[in-house]
Amino acid sequence: MIKLRILEEFTKKHESKIKDIKHMLYLFRRSFLSMMGLILVLFVILVAIFAPFLASQHPSFVEVTSERGTKRVEERWSINFEEKLLPPSPKHLFGTDDYGRDIFSMVVYGARTSLKICLLVVVISTIIGVILGGIAGYFGGKIDEVIMRITDIFLSIPGLILALAVASALGRSIEHVMEALIFVWWPPYARIIRGQILSVRENQYVEAARSIGASSWRVLFKHVIPNSFSPLLVQITLDLGAVLLVAAGLSFIGVGATPGTAEWGLMISSGRMHMFHAWWYVTFPGLAIFITVLGFNLLGDGIRDVTDPRLRR
Amino acid sequence: MGRDTLLSIRNLKTYFFTYEGVVKALENVNLDIYPGETFGLIGETGCGKSVTALSVMRLIPEPPGKIVEGEIWFKGENLLKKSEEEMQKIRGNEISMIFQEPMTALNPVYTVGDQIIEVLLLHKKFSGFSMENLPKYNLLRRRKIKKEVYKEAFKEAVEALRMVQISDPEKVAKQYPHELSGGMRQRAMIAMMLACDPSLLIADEPTTALDVTVQAQILELMKDLQKRKGTAIWLITHNLGVVAEMCDRVGVMYAGYIVEMGATEKIFDNPDHPYTRGLMGAIPKITEEKERLEIIPGTVPNLIYPPPGCRFHPRCKYAIDKCKESPPPLVEVEKDHFVACHRYEEVKHSVIVKKERKI
Repeated sequence: MIKLRILEEFTKKHESKIKDIKHMLYLFRRSFLSMMGLILVLFVILVAIFAPFLASQHPSFVEVTSERGTKRVEERWSINFEEKLLPPSPKHLFGTDDYGRDIFSMVVYGARTSLKICLLVVVISTIIGVILGGIAGYFGGKIDEVIMRITDIFLSIPGLILALAVASALGRSIEHVMEALIFVWWPPYARIIRGQILSVRENQYVEAARSIGASSWRVLFKHVIPNSFSPLLVQITLDLGAVLLVAAGLSFIGVGATPGTAEWGLMISSGRMHMFHAWWYVTFPGLAIFITVLGFNLLGDGIRDVTDPRLRR
Repeated sequence: MGRDTLLSIRNLKTYFFTYEGVVKALENVNLDIYPGETFGLIGETGCGKSVTALSVMRLIPEPPGKIVEGEIWFKGENLLKKSEEEMQKIRGNEISMIFQEPMTALNPVYTVGDQIIEVLLLHKKFSGFSMENLPKYNLLRRRKIKKEVYKEAFKEAVEALRMVQISDPEKVAKQYPHELSGGMRQRAMIAMMLACDPSLLIADEPTTALDVTVQAQILELMKDLQKRKGTAIWLITHNLGVVAEMCDRVGVMYAGYIVEMGATEKIFDNPDHPYTRGLMGAIPKITEEKERLEIIPGTVPNLIYPPPGCRFHPRCKYAIDKCKESPPPLVEVEKDHFVACHRYEEVKHSVIVKKERKI
């Protein structure tokens, strides 16, 4: 009974917010595809969270010292040559790879790696992009010129090539892939935000905010950026998928994850030698990438529809 | 000028430096606003009414705009000498501004209540705390205080909304601007701008975007609040009817100059400047049957290349050679009635547009 009362009070207090969320969900539910996207993404996230309970094999983490003397933790999977390249069976749902490792377990743990990469890359590049683009767009003039020309320099080099160069220069590891991707990923965000801000800052509420005595920074971060965010939000969700693809691509080429890590791109890369006699080796990591990217893309479309204020109410 | 003015503008010049040339938007603007009165500023589009208001707020976009010269005295202090930080303390607190379109002047991503709270927090203290002196490093305490401050500010915001006669203000405070009608939004805007009891409220065409019945309500409300709070209102409008109804004193603006200023009665009953006469003549009157209204020929000149001398002379039927040579000064022709015209004496005695005033 006490619990119920607390719940009641809670719902009463946050009535308008709950109403808002309910409405958003309602809009979302109307579109089958975005619902699909949400389910797929949630599914992947759940898999990543509950990986230790789903997988039958587990990696061990050992600290290794590289030639340069830096220490880092590496993922190791136990090798069992007696079970190498077994087809899918109840014991190994997705079969085993050429070192006898359980592909199902690796795909499940791979979800963690992939999500970590795309979330961190996108979040950090967004922060960089929003701050730089925001300052450029709002203050304009020379600051704008300087920031946007730097952005142009970054944009003039193909992102994948630049990431490749950075990642291979830094050395093979997932962290370096993330750094390289952040390095190339923020310029488009800075551009989008700047463009938005150029139009948003002409709005009368920005003038109104200044007329009540708010400082420039306050106006920028409280009034202008939140209003410029919606196109970026869509871009971010769509980019979650894109980052995942690029990261997997880098691992596939061999500048990404270190061999032995459960990373989908890497698994496909090592599985392509066995494509014709062990179809499961490339198929399941590939499917995992496919599902995750599809999920993020559908979700991105859905979010665009929901956050568009013209479609609300 | 016997009484103490609340705001007096002297020789204000605001230019915009654009690619095509220097737009001389304000050239020698002089006006006075007294505490507690309603001052109306009228004139055609593009003659600098809004620029004057924005200059007072120091909100002219820089670049391209720049206040080149002049003095703006507000409560005995020159606003043009103030730093941006000092201006931020004045904006919203001492001088507020209501904008033309309530549809776009409220931020769509915050609730109405949040936006009123923002003004309050920027200028007022709640239980001894404002935005500035919140504890910076003790985050837990900061959170707690913030919550408390917010709660109190919310109460005050609701009161502000109640003051502008919004029914169910608690609910409206939690709503977003798009959930409200135009009239409601303008009320919320007024509540926001009056939340800190400013001594001057600049209303830049506050009713232009609203339909007529709502217009009347909003004006009534502004009058009522003025009576209760003693705020001076500076009304900028095209609508001469509104001016006649609301204002104690009127200023007429043309192409960056104040051409006539004085008590509403005087200006409306015997306008001395040809431009004011033209404006009055262009008002349709319900009592007269007329094929065409009297119009002022031509349009407001391009302010990059303004005509020399009196800027009105190309359109003025009283113009003489002197008008082309030197701009007329603003002179006090009788007590509290200023006119900027070389020939106001002659204009005064001509009976071309002197007609019964009925709007």
